[in-house]
Amino acid sequence: MTDLTTLANSCSLVELGARQRAQALLDTGTFRELLDPFQRVMSPWLARQGVVPQADDGVVIAKGLLNGLPVVIAAIEGAFQGGSLGEVGGAKMAGALELAAEDNRNGVPTRAVLLLETGGVRLQEANLGLAAIADIHAAIVDLQQYQPVVGVVAGSVGCFGGMSIAAGLCSYLVVTREARLGLNGPQVIEQEAGLEEYDSRDRPFIWSLTGGEQRFASGLADRYVADDVVQIQQHISELLQQGLPARRRSQQAALFLHRLAQLDTEPQIEPATVRDLYRGERS
Amino acid sequence: MSSYSLRGLHWFQALSAGAKMLEGLPPSLRVADAELGGKAARFIAVVADPHNRFPRARNGEVGLLEGWGLASAVDELIAADQDKPCKRAVIAIVDVPSQAYGRREEALGIHQALAGAADSYARARLAGHAVIGLLVGKAMSGAFLAHGYQANRLIALRDPGVMVHAMGKASAARVTLRSVEELETLAASVPPMAYDIDSYASLGLLWETLSVEQIERPTANDVARVTECLGLAVADVAGGIRDLSSRLGATNREASSKVRQLLRAQW
Repeated sequence: MTDLTTLANSCSLVELGARQRAQALLDTGTFRELLDPFQRVMSPWLARQGVVPQADDGVVIAKGLLNGLPVVIAAIEGAFQGGSLGEVGGAKMAGALELAAEDNRNGVPTRAVLLLETGGVRLQEANLGLAAIADIHAAIVDLQQYQPVVGVVAGSVGCFGGMSIAAGLCSYLVVTREARLGLNGPQVIEQEAGLEEYDSRDRPFIWSLTGGEQRFASGLADRYVADDVVQIQQHISELLQQGLPARRRSQQAALFLHRLAQLDTEPQIEPATVRDLYRGERS
Repeated sequence: MSSYSLRGLHWFQALSAGAKMLEGLPPSLRVADAELGGKAARFIAVVADPHNRFPRARNGEVGLLEGWGLASAVDELIAADQDKPCKRAVIAIVDVPSQAYGRREEALGIHQALAGAADSYARARLAGHAVIGLLVGKAMSGAFLAHGYQANRLIALRDPGVMVHAMGKASAARVTLRSVEELETLAASVPPMAYDIDSYASLGLLWETLSVEQIERPTANDVARVTECLGLAVADVAGGIRDLSSRLGATNREASSKVRQLLRAQW
């Protein structure tokens, strides 16, 4: 029987915008936004291309407490330009992570939570987006000398491009059923490799390969959670409490090379093959 | 004429001058320790392997094996030099047309493989290794993020075939709902959208650009010039800051500095 009380009280994270997500995850009354939209630090590149800029450039930076722990949240607004990262939004995220690492060097144990709804580089700011993403990668690695970085891909945009690499650098990754995580967007793979390799319109196919459930079942994500604010917050909190993992996923080259060596790469791949290859020893 | 670029391979061979290759890595990687300015340095290139087990990574693309292979080549260096006061420099020779686009790649988590490479390069930099990216050909998107973009210093050779970008033109046009012609017109007036190395240099991300005589097959003069420049870059890094802040400051990247200043003030 469906638990109607639970259903009535649950609150979707996916349906919230970036700012509301950050607010919802932080302890009541602790949310403080940095570089908020009223300061109007906007993309210097979009208007000249006929694209209307947004006052926060699609990235929300907020400090606060998450279950009592000091965190900075960087949340990407998937509804603005597909969550793409341009110069300003990218610098907001990189700069926040850099300051969090600096906090730690000064004895303040700031952790970071990244809410990733993004197609990756904003192509209208191409090389500045790419450079900002390299800065974000650098800062995620730097901060993890001290504290964990938790990535959350809730959906519905998913996490792609250079930011999927950022997700791969996190200490822990939380995904929902709505999440997708992959390097290349389906359209681009179809464009580069052809319809037979990747049909970007076949949604069940895409979810079966890159969806949150599959990523979790293949060990490429740490938590698979319902789209519910309270549950997601609980999982993030637990992961932050755990502290740094002994070895994050991006430090396991030998293990992954060993697994890939076992694979017959001749036939085209099925989702179950990935699960067996990556989780075989545990299932 | 091969369908893939041989620049990376040729520059690797010229700069590492017959040094013994590191073994146990995927055939698409070239890794060797050779002398640079009287000290040992590790040279790393991703090259085309027409027999790559992964069919979508046969033209020099950075795929699953390449990402994890780069990570393990750099990890080995970090571990070997862990207790040494003088850490070997890492020279990433960059000639990468793109990341690998394919079903196998997405299914097996190519994003995670590229994260492995970026993580190792970043940790090498933080551990005090001078990491230098030498751009001799294409430095595209995810491939560049995995191989080169975590460097302390970036050096590019001046040549129309040396280009940095987030996406190939046809795909970029499709994703932004423009024609390739419209994209090219915009690229001519918006520096971060351009594909040429001079526009890229105007963003302040390069430490140095160099002209050479024969970029496809470097001459002895070319090798001497580039070796000298690499040596200067390594010396420039030595004992200095280990982050990427030296890339900030250009007029065409002003907002990146301004955002950081404002964040700091409000932190």
